[in-house]
Amino acid sequence: RDFTERCVQCSEVNWGLTDGGRFYCRTCHNVTERTREVVNTDFIPNTRVQTISKGLRNQEKTGIGCEWYVCEGFQFVLKKQAEALEALGVCPQMKNEVLYNFWRRYLQKSKQAYCNRPAGETVQALSACNSSTDVDSEADRPSFLHCLSLSESEGDLETDCSFASSASKISESASVCSGSVDGNLYLMKNQKEKLRMTMPMTLSFCYMALLWLREPVTLSDLLRFVVEGHIPYFNVFRHFPEKMKLCGLDLKIFCVESWPVYEEVHNKMLELAAFLDLPRFPDVTDSCFLHPDMLCMKYLMEANLPDELHNWTCRVVRKIGIGEADFLTLVPGNKSTRNVKYDVLAAALIVVVLKLLFLLDDHYEWLLSDFAEERNKNNKEGSPYFEFKKWYKVIKHSLDVEQKKLDEERAKYLWRCEKPLFYSANVKSKVLKRRQMVVNLQNQFGKLSGSVRPAEKPNPSSFLLSWSEENTDGSCFHGHSLKGILQEKRGLLAAMNPDYWLGTIKLCNEKLCGHPAHYREVDFPQSYHFVLRLFSFLLRMNPSYIHDEVCVIEHKLFYKKLCKKPKPNIRIRK
Amino acid sequence: SHEHKLNFRKSKEVCLSYIQDAMLQKQWKRAAEFLTFYIESVEKDFSREYMGPSEIIWRIGTEILCHHSQGSIKELSSFIELMKTSGIKRYLKVCLEHIFHLLCNGLIEEAYQNLSLAESWRHGERTVIQDKEMKLIQAYRGLLDYHSWAKQKNILLEHGQDGVEDLSVEQEMHSCFRKAAVNLKEIIKIPGVWDVFVKCLVDLLEFYGDHDEARQVLNDYAYNSKFPANPNAHVYLYQFLKRHGESKKSLISALKVLHDTVPSHELMIDFSTMLQKSKKRKKRRLGLEVIFAALDYAGGKENVKAWSCLARQMKQIVTSEKHLDWIKQEWNSRKDWWPAFHFSRYLAKRNWQENESLSYEKALVAGILLGKDCKYFKYVSHQGCKAQVKRFRILKKFVNKHSPVCLRISG
Repeated sequence: RDFTERCVQCSEVNWGLTDGGRFYCRTCHNVTERTREVVNTDFIPNTRVQTISKGLRNQEKTGIGCEWYVCEGFQFVLKKQAEALEALGVCPQMKNEVLYNFWRRYLQKSKQAYCNRPAGETVQALSACNSSTDVDSEADRPSFLHCLSLSESEGDLETDCSFASSASKISESASVCSGSVDGNLYLMKNQKEKLRMTMPMTLSFCYMALLWLREPVTLSDLLRFVVEGHIPYFNVFRHFPEKMKLCGLDLKIFCVESWPVYEEVHNKMLELAAFLDLPRFPDVTDSCFLHPDMLCMKYLMEANLPDELHNWTCRVVRKIGIGEADFLTLVPGNKSTRNVKYDVLAAALIVVVLKLLFLLDDHYEWLLSDFAEERNKNNKEGSPYFEFKKWYKVIKHSLDVEQKKLDEERAKYLWRCEKPLFYSANVKSKVLKRRQMVVNLQNQFGKLSGSVRPAEKPNPSSFLLSWSEENTDGSCFHGHSLKGILQEKRGLLAAMNPDYWLGTIKLCNEKLCGHPAHYREVDFPQSYHFVLRLFSFLLRMNPSYIHDEVCVIEHKLFYKKLCKKPKPNIRIRK
Repeated sequence: SHEHKLNFRKSKEVCLSYIQDAMLQKQWKRAAEFLTFYIESVEKDFSREYMGPSEIIWRIGTEILCHHSQGSIKELSSFIELMKTSGIKRYLKVCLEHIFHLLCNGLIEEAYQNLSLAESWRHGERTVIQDKEMKLIQAYRGLLDYHSWAKQKNILLEHGQDGVEDLSVEQEMHSCFRKAAVNLKEIIKIPGVWDVFVKCLVDLLEFYGDHDEARQVLNDYAYNSKFPANPNAHVYLYQFLKRHGESKKSLISALKVLHDTVPSHELMIDFSTMLQKSKKRKKRRLGLEVIFAALDYAGGKENVKAWSCLARQMKQIVTSEKHLDWIKQEWNSRKDWWPAFHFSRYLAKRNWQENESLSYEKALVAGILLGKDCKYFKYVSHQGCKAQVKRFRILKKFVNKHSPVCLRISG
């Protein structure tokens, strides 16, 4: 015990040694970077990696880099994501306050939940953090005991792991190295732990923060930005500082090779909110972007539908009470409230309204359209009658073009980046060679393909489809009128269409089969499928999710009628 | 419906299908474009699948470079060099295909260098397949040695004519011969189709007067049951025997198998002619069978030699009135379709216009088989007589004379 420096925080000289071999001040629990020489670690796989104990000054010689813990890595990722969101226009509070606080709370909660501290060791992990607001300030980097035992990852990278011959079972992880200090422990099985951090969860954090701030970004927008590359997620290690070296099991943790899935991110977000014991989120009122009244307006514009339909979506919202703050606002842990997916809800509302007005049974809507066409021939002034057929043609054309582009983008999606990853040092040269070959081949065939790959990502946009009233070809339907399909009834405008068909007679129990309804294209009218397809494209999700929501809304809307004896066919008189 | 999920494997599968579509439609630029996005899958290639990403890239890349307007042999070569290093198991295969490309582009020197390089490649234990590939590589080197030998030989012959002696060329030639012979002999030991190698080897052996060995090689190639059935083997053997003036008997036996496997072959005419001249009745019978069979195929329809061979035999039989039953037997299975196939009015006109000799021979056959009233004979003989061509008058007379005999046949 020859360490005689004064503690930075409390100026005492009262040092102890943590399990990780680091000096900590017994008075104020400040943990330092200084370590006792323990083990000489060469970078050999299959050896147990104890705490790497080269002092910081030896970094350059060994090239191993500094010690870093997995949580620090995630912290860095979140910081980068928040910065990206800020660049997209999200308010700076997100990064500096909201997200940061959520993360801190997570660290506190997760450490307290499962850390086994040996007797006498009471390091308060975040005492250092409290003193600064900057998330990644080095001096305050919290150090964690490396006895984190965490459940196994279902990573995408099992195949990468096969590079190392004996690393197929993670339970034998003692023999596998990682650049992070606790990488191998991070992936070990443990039933006690529930909410171990994963890459998809970083998006859950982001979304949660966005929701807290009621920013005008839906989850589907967020995920789309990720896929389009505006938010760091894939190959995020590219942004890690030089000193933080990734290898071995770090790859399993930080490398993602699949697009984030809406359901997964959303569900994790709910779990997280409950886990962090968060209070009721700020109210989603009707002036919020996420409120169905607002979001419907946006989607109606994007779908090139008449503005007049907005009145109808608002009516439905009021009728079934889903515009109330109590319904829309997230209350973590409250299982009884159905947790709201704002984007899906808004899209489904529009679908329901279309069904109310046009029936969408592959028959009635075309009749109405012919009728409107007739009216339009005779009536040249004022806003034209909305013709479903015209709209269908315009949308179908654009949708097909955009879908084709999207399909090609999926085929052209690149997962790897210029910075190669090695599972372990003995494959490093092979990996580098391969990377070089890839680059050479890409150059050679790139020249042959004749086209220059755009170096810039397309600018992120909130709207996937846009329509302008300035177009003289009549392809913008915003201003079109619904006159032809409405009638006055007792002072109110009502649809001429008297019928409605339900997507399902009875909603399934979500707990049993995961979905309230089961969508199969062949079971439903083609117009209905078309409309689902449109929103499925805009939201980047399967039509069945939207259909689920449509069924739920319908059941709320026609609740009274359904309570009576259900008729054998599912058509309802309104 | 469109899946909105995506992972590495799925996106590469989709990418590959775009590449395949583009290639099938010969859109090489588009194929190259999508290939650039597929290439990174090689970083996840663990050589477990039957055809992994690096092999796919090698094959697709080669195709694109071969067909793309900007794909020169130079570009192809540098690409292939890259591919050679990407998979140890495939090394020899890639080398071999590279050599084929070089040969197709006339780069013989370079091909030879690559062959030598490949031959000297060592990497641990060789698998059975790699053994075979190595043998092939050596065989092709032997082939190129033969090619050199042939060049030297020609130089020598030229100089010989000029009266110039050239020892160094001669030595060079002999050394090429030795190298070539060794490798060529090796490869033909393995069951396979080695036409090119066999021909070259036989050429070498014949030049140096080693006829016995040449015959041995050809016999083996033709009759070794382990080797796949190969009509060419018999053709080569026949040609060899003919060159060396072998007996009719051995020539006939050489062609027998060919008749069984390729009854429409050109050589069947020679075969039939030889058989016809035989003293043995069985052989003559076979001769008739052979020539009829040869004309069953569309390839023989306008072959004057074939028709004249048949015509000759039939004329002889009819004149002698012996063995009419032979013709009858042959005609039995053909009378339903040969008339439309060979002796239609349309063909009569066409044959007469295009090829008088052809129409003559055919008319003779038609007249015998179908009688003098058949369309073909009538038209052609009429035309021939009108044009005052002597042989047609004779033909007419002949058929008329033997008309009752012909009736017996066609009846």
